Amino acid sequence: MTEEIIIAGFGGQGVLSMGKILAYSGIMQDQEVSWFPSYGPEMRGGTANVTVILSDERISSPVLNQFDTAIVLNQQSLDKFESKVKPGGMLLYDPNGIVNPPSRTDLKIFKIDATQLAAEKGQPKIFNMIVLGAFLKARPLVKMGNVKRGLEKSLPERHHKLIPINLEGLEIGEKEIVEVK
Amino acid sequence: MGELRLMKGNEVIAEAAIRCGCDAYFGYPITPQSEVMETLMARMPWEETGMVVLQAESEVAAINMMYGGASAGRKVMTSSSSPGISLMSEGISYMAGAELPGVVVNVQRGGPGLGTIQPSQADYFQATKGGGHGDYNLIVLAPSSVQEMNDFVDLAFELSFKYSNPAMILTDGVIGQMMEKVELSDFKPRWTDEQVEQFNGSWAATGKKPNRERAIKTSLELVAEKQEKINEGFQAKYKKMQEEEVRYETIKCEDADYIIVAFGVSSRISQKAVDVLREQGHKAGLLRPITLYPFPSEIINQMADHVKGFLSVEMNAGQMVEDIRLAVNGKTKVDHFGRMGGVIATPGEVVDAMLTKIIGG
Amino acid sequence: MAELQIQDIIKPENKVYGKSKIMTDTPLHYCYGCSHGVVHKLVAEVIEELDIQEETVGVAPVGCSVMMYNYLDIDWMEAAHGRAPAVATGYKRVNPKKYVFSYQGDGDLAAIGTAETMHAVNRGENIVMIFINNAIYGMTGGQMAPTTMIGQATSTSPYGRNVDINGYPLKITELVAHLPGAAYVTRQSVHTPANVRKCKKAIKKAFENSKKNIGTSFIEVVSTCNSGWKIDPVAANKWMEENMFPFYPLGDIKDGQRDSDEKYSVQKLKK
Repeated sequence: MTEEIIIAGFGGQGVLSMGKILAYSGIMQDQEVSWFPSYGPEMRGGTANVTVILSDERISSPVLNQFDTAIVLNQQSLDKFESKVKPGGMLLYDPNGIVNPPSRTDLKIFKIDATQLAAEKGQPKIFNMIVLGAFLKARPLVKMGNVKRGLEKSLPERHHKLIPINLEGLEIGEKEIVEVK
Repeated sequence: MGELRLMKGNEVIAEAAIRCGCDAYFGYPITPQSEVMETLMARMPWEETGMVVLQAESEVAAINMMYGGASAGRKVMTSSSSPGISLMSEGISYMAGAELPGVVVNVQRGGPGLGTIQPSQADYFQATKGGGHGDYNLIVLAPSSVQEMNDFVDLAFELSFKYSNPAMILTDGVIGQMMEKVELSDFKPRWTDEQVEQFNGSWAATGKKPNRERAIKTSLELVAEKQEKINEGFQAKYKKMQEEEVRYETIKCEDADYIIVAFGVSSRISQKAVDVLREQGHKAGLLRPITLYPFPSEIINQMADHVKGFLSVEMNAGQMVEDIRLAVNGKTKVDHFGRMGGVIATPGEVVDAMLTKIIGG
Repeated sequence: MAELQIQDIIKPENKVYGKSKIMTDTPLHYCYGCSHGVVHKLVAEVIEELDIQEETVGVAPVGCSVMMYNYLDIDWMEAAHGRAPAVATGYKRVNPKKYVFSYQGDGDLAAIGTAETMHAVNRGENIVMIFINNAIYGMTGGQMAPTTMIGQATSTSPYGRNVDINGYPLKITELVAHLPGAAYVTRQSVHTPANVRKCKKAIKKAFENSKKNIGTSFIEVVSTCNSGWKIDPVAANKWMEENMFPFYPLGDIKDGQRDSDEKYSVQKLKK
């Protein structure tokens, strides 16, 4: 099994750390993983993306032109990556700020209103965990137990008190994901 | 089994340096490799192993600090990215001329000039043909994974001391910035003063002893004939490297008609392309040079007897392809595919290049 | 009374002067009248008197003294042009117990190596820096140096140094003395026996400082280059006294230790 994922959105949405937690979760279940971020001035311009690959085998290219899954969190990212999902693949997006929703008919499309849900909870920082929870509900690549262990590994110890609220975010995402088609 | 972590290539370079008993790191910040010094400064190895970490006033100063530390018979290293390596080239030439060991990491970015901060492999010529002035070569290792970023630090030191010659880890912004699972090396203690004397006392400037001539770490010689003799010694050393230190990896080459030659991240991208080409019914394989100097010319020459073509995939305008052509020596078709200026080639582009330039070309 | 024989004179108890054991037997390649030989001798004598031959490592520059390593029987490093303070830093940081000194001319220390000079002293490296200022590039044949005097003719300022074209002579020693990392900054000369003795004292103090972890010791020696100046050695000494000393006055500029960080407390970040 190899899953090639692109996560893209605004800088500050926690795109890179979501990818890191996912990658760590893969390590917790003995998978090979790679995490490659966009870096440099484009990040300062506001968009950030990261390619995450989980695999049972040695990973070849960490850089891809096609993905099994795209998780897109703003319009620019949707415009850029919708066409790069393999036919039959999956696209997950947050409808907040999306004017032109995805139009492909050969994908499984899901949405999660994570911006809204995080705001309702009064915890804007768990936005990315809501998205991750939704993704893992639709595509259970890693066990929730391993995500928790991944969180413990990727967060510095002084932030471990935040783990419960992050786990809550995951649960919200699992519950609130909507299949568009 | 060592400790498993998810780390960036740049962070791993720092961690591997501490763990392999490195004595000092001298550097100057430059994107995309600043995490190396940042990681070291946060780790404070001076409290753990006694390793020195110093932010120099420039790359020029950093490489000359290495010259000083290496003269003492110590394991010293630096890291930088392309423009910074150009600045260090003077000092690297002096180190090669004075036969000083040391490890230089180049996390390449797009050039020329200030260029971009995105990944590139455009410093292949600079790294493998010397880089600075004079007839000299570096030992050049090209990691293609975060794991190899860990493994090659120790290896680079080992080779560098074995040959009394600077070694370079030539990597790029992708390998430096990406995170992968890595098994970190176990800790090796730094050499004690006694061990430095024992291992390197024959050449290092450890203080003039009554029982030996004074050590002079210099690259200066005023008599041309004497300098020629010294250079002949260098060439003999490089020949020995070519005989004993060539390292490469072959993937699906046994029955291959078409071979992609690629190093670093390009080899990873090309490996994916090989899989796609095989799905399409083309017998493709990958040869990945691990040492760029010494270059695996012999295996390429042997393969040239039976394969139908080589495609060199590099993030530059075509540099390694010249070494491949020399190795192939006209026996079969050789072409190049590359993106430049910091643009990363995709597996799809490599497949297309193989189809149009080699298989169909 | 028997006639005095040479053997009656050459006896250990009559010895008043000898070559330092640290000096090798290699003949110096310097021009007659050059200050380098005297300063080499002083460094050698200080190393011998402090009995630190095994603990001392020198860094030679690019310039006339590029082959200083042929003359002092200690371990050496030959630095690239201007980089001696960086090489000394790298060595001293991995071998803090050693005595490390750099020896540079005006082109090396005050032109191409200005950055390395300023930053090594600013970090307060516990090294000795010896700076030979003869206001000219000697080795390459008498070109203008950063310390060349206004009006002084050199091969690249044949009508005299002109401020409009070449800028001002650089008092780098005064600049260095302002740096908080400096412990001891002094300007000396070696043109009279009295000055030679003073200069030796300064060098000795500098070497002693480098074991005390109190910062960088920096000694400028205002020197002559009669070949470059194209006058005879006696006239060169006179020219130096008349023209250089008023602009590069002799004496200690800073004598103490590197500044405590308390002095910079106003610059400390508010918590």
